[in-house]
Amino acid sequence: MARMKTTRKRAANNVANPLEQFQIKTLVPIQLGSVDASLTNAGLFMVITVAAISLFLSLGMRQRSLIPGRWQSMAEISYEFIAGMIRDNVGNEGRKYFPFIFSLFMFILFANLIGLIPYAFTFTSHIAVTFTMAMVVFLGVTVIAIVRHGLHFFTLFLPSGVPMVMAPVLIPIEVLSYLSRPISLSIRLFANMMAGHTMMKVFAGFIIPLGFFGGWAPLGVDVALTAFEFLVAFLQAYVFTVLTCLYLNDAIHLH
Amino acid sequence: MSDKKSAEELEDLDKRLHQAREKSHTGKTSGNQDMSGYSMAIRIGTELVAALIVGVGIGYFLDNWLDTKPWFLVVFFFLGAAAGVLNVYRAASGLGMAVGYAEDKEPTGGVPSQMKNNNAPYGADENNKETGGK
Repeated sequence: MARMKTTRKRAANNVANPLEQFQIKTLVPIQLGSVDASLTNAGLFMVITVAAISLFLSLGMRQRSLIPGRWQSMAEISYEFIAGMIRDNVGNEGRKYFPFIFSLFMFILFANLIGLIPYAFTFTSHIAVTFTMAMVVFLGVTVIAIVRHGLHFFTLFLPSGVPMVMAPVLIPIEVLSYLSRPISLSIRLFANMMAGHTMMKVFAGFIIPLGFFGGWAPLGVDVALTAFEFLVAFLQAYVFTVLTCLYLNDAIHLH
Repeated sequence: MSDKKSAEELEDLDKRLHQAREKSHTGKTSGNQDMSGYSMAIRIGTELVAALIVGVGIGYFLDNWLDTKPWFLVVFFFLGAAAGVLNVYRAASGLGMAVGYAEDKEPTGGVPSQMKNNNAPYGADENNKETGGK
């Protein structure tokens, strides 16, 4: 009994806690009045992400050659990708929202990709971060809709042609459906990033304890998962941005 | 002879290129169709859960506030479930995320409604909607 306990304890020490990677650590304590504004590892990686995006775009476009090199065409592709997405999903009126949507996409994409580097911190795996971004999108889109359409905006919750008898049931459902937007937007990104990183850590924790002969299987799984995580990192940035575009489209072309 | 022919061919190619370009500018596809099956699957799963979370959250909050346990929770649980199914239905049938869509006027649904605006001035479209909407 006692021996079992010690072996279990040793195993627990051997295998790193897969959730440890999500811990927020204070790096530089800063206290502004009663507000704790310390620089944490999440904050540091946000700064790194913004710096990486700025470097990627400004250095990539430094030459401005007519025939782009590799780096410049990567910068151009990311620009054209978002421009096309807005044109397809929002239309011409969406053009003036391009800076916001482009920043959103690049921020999430770079955060996800930088988070894949070993020992890096993935701040998109925290619901506090993703929910804040989703709330900004949700509130912004709602304000745009109300400014553009005024009180007409509220007809959104009662589709035309619905019998009045149905209204007491239908309106709460439509309102809930509308309110669920920021929740689904934030949960999707956070859950995907967190699940992927946890899974990678869990399998990585098996490699050494299984020894030379057994360890190859989880190592293979981890290699496959790493490739899969690159796909997820891109896809989640894409989905978040596309849904922002769709919501914006709803707000601009109310129907 | 061959020169003339190639010139004709070039002109033909030019015409076809123009047509293809026109088509790609007006008849756009919505982002929904570009999405791979995997991203669609993630989307639908969270869509269902999110509405339920909002419903239960509002019900729980109202119960705590008005001291009416458990009635609001029960009511909003079912409303949230209905909203979740509605979300999934809309996402899956390509109606986009539109809350309160109007199928009869816009057979293409919520997402591609902007296609019209490339041809018609925006104001005209809007007026049409407003008079027809009541």
